[in-house]
Amino acid sequence: MKRLQERAQNRPTGESPIIRMAVRVMIPFIQLFGLYVIVHGHYSPGGGFQGGVILGASFILMALAFDLKTTTDYFSEKANAILGNAGALIFTGLGALTAILGGLWLDYSALDRIIPLGPIEWRSMGIFLVEVGVGLAVMSIMVSLYWDLASGGDMDEGL
Amino acid sequence: MSAIAALFVIPGLFFFAVGTLGILRFPDFYTRLQAAGKCDSFASVLVLLGIAIYNLGDFTLASLLVSIKIMLIAVFVFIASPTATHAITESALIVGVEPWMRKERKKQ
Repeated sequence: MKRLQERAQNRPTGESPIIRMAVRVMIPFIQLFGLYVIVHGHYSPGGGFQGGVILGASFILMALAFDLKTTTDYFSEKANAILGNAGALIFTGLGALTAILGGLWLDYSALDRIIPLGPIEWRSMGIFLVEVGVGLAVMSIMVSLYWDLASGGDMDEGL
Repeated sequence: MSAIAALFVIPGLFFFAVGTLGILRFPDFYTRLQAAGKCDSFASVLVLLGIAIYNLGDFTLASLLVSIKIMLIAVFVFIASPTATHAITESALIVGVEPWMRKERKKQ
């Protein structure tokens, strides 16, 4: 028992290789599933918020199994901020655009005046566009919340 | 189809019951975790396999697609559940949770 404990504590590679390998296998599928949930949001269970949380959780899982630096190598802080702001801009921009074009706030059928697809088709497409914006914003906020909480604000070490 | 599905679901339920019994009756952390991890990962794969076969009852493309999705869940559980058990056990080992032993052997 003592010997096993010492061996687990003093292992040179840090986190266990089993966990690393399993996480390495799982992360692409988690991200694919997150995209699936976002894209299918308007006619099956799911949507922008849920898909964004799944996408963010994949990066949090990476940060838990490896360390914070590996995550920021794959997905830098700058890209995270740009994606989150782009998501918020897509949502509010689409709402403002529909209001400017003569409809109500987020009344997607007003977008028919730019690209004529028919108001019913545009209602479906508009929900999809807004869901993409919500998903990007939620993913970015989840990841940056985890980064800041785990490292106490100074993005160096973390858990 | 439902008979074949029952052939998978009923052993799955049996393994779930055995695992629950193990969690309640085993003496310490490691043995309980073994009961939880092993029985649950095997039993949930069996139950999901049974559900996938039952769903395939009317053989259409849509039901085949749903069955494939259920099987993907089973594969995911089969990877994720043992890994989670391993991670919990390892952190318990590092923190220093004592395993249960017989009283005579503990005195030595």
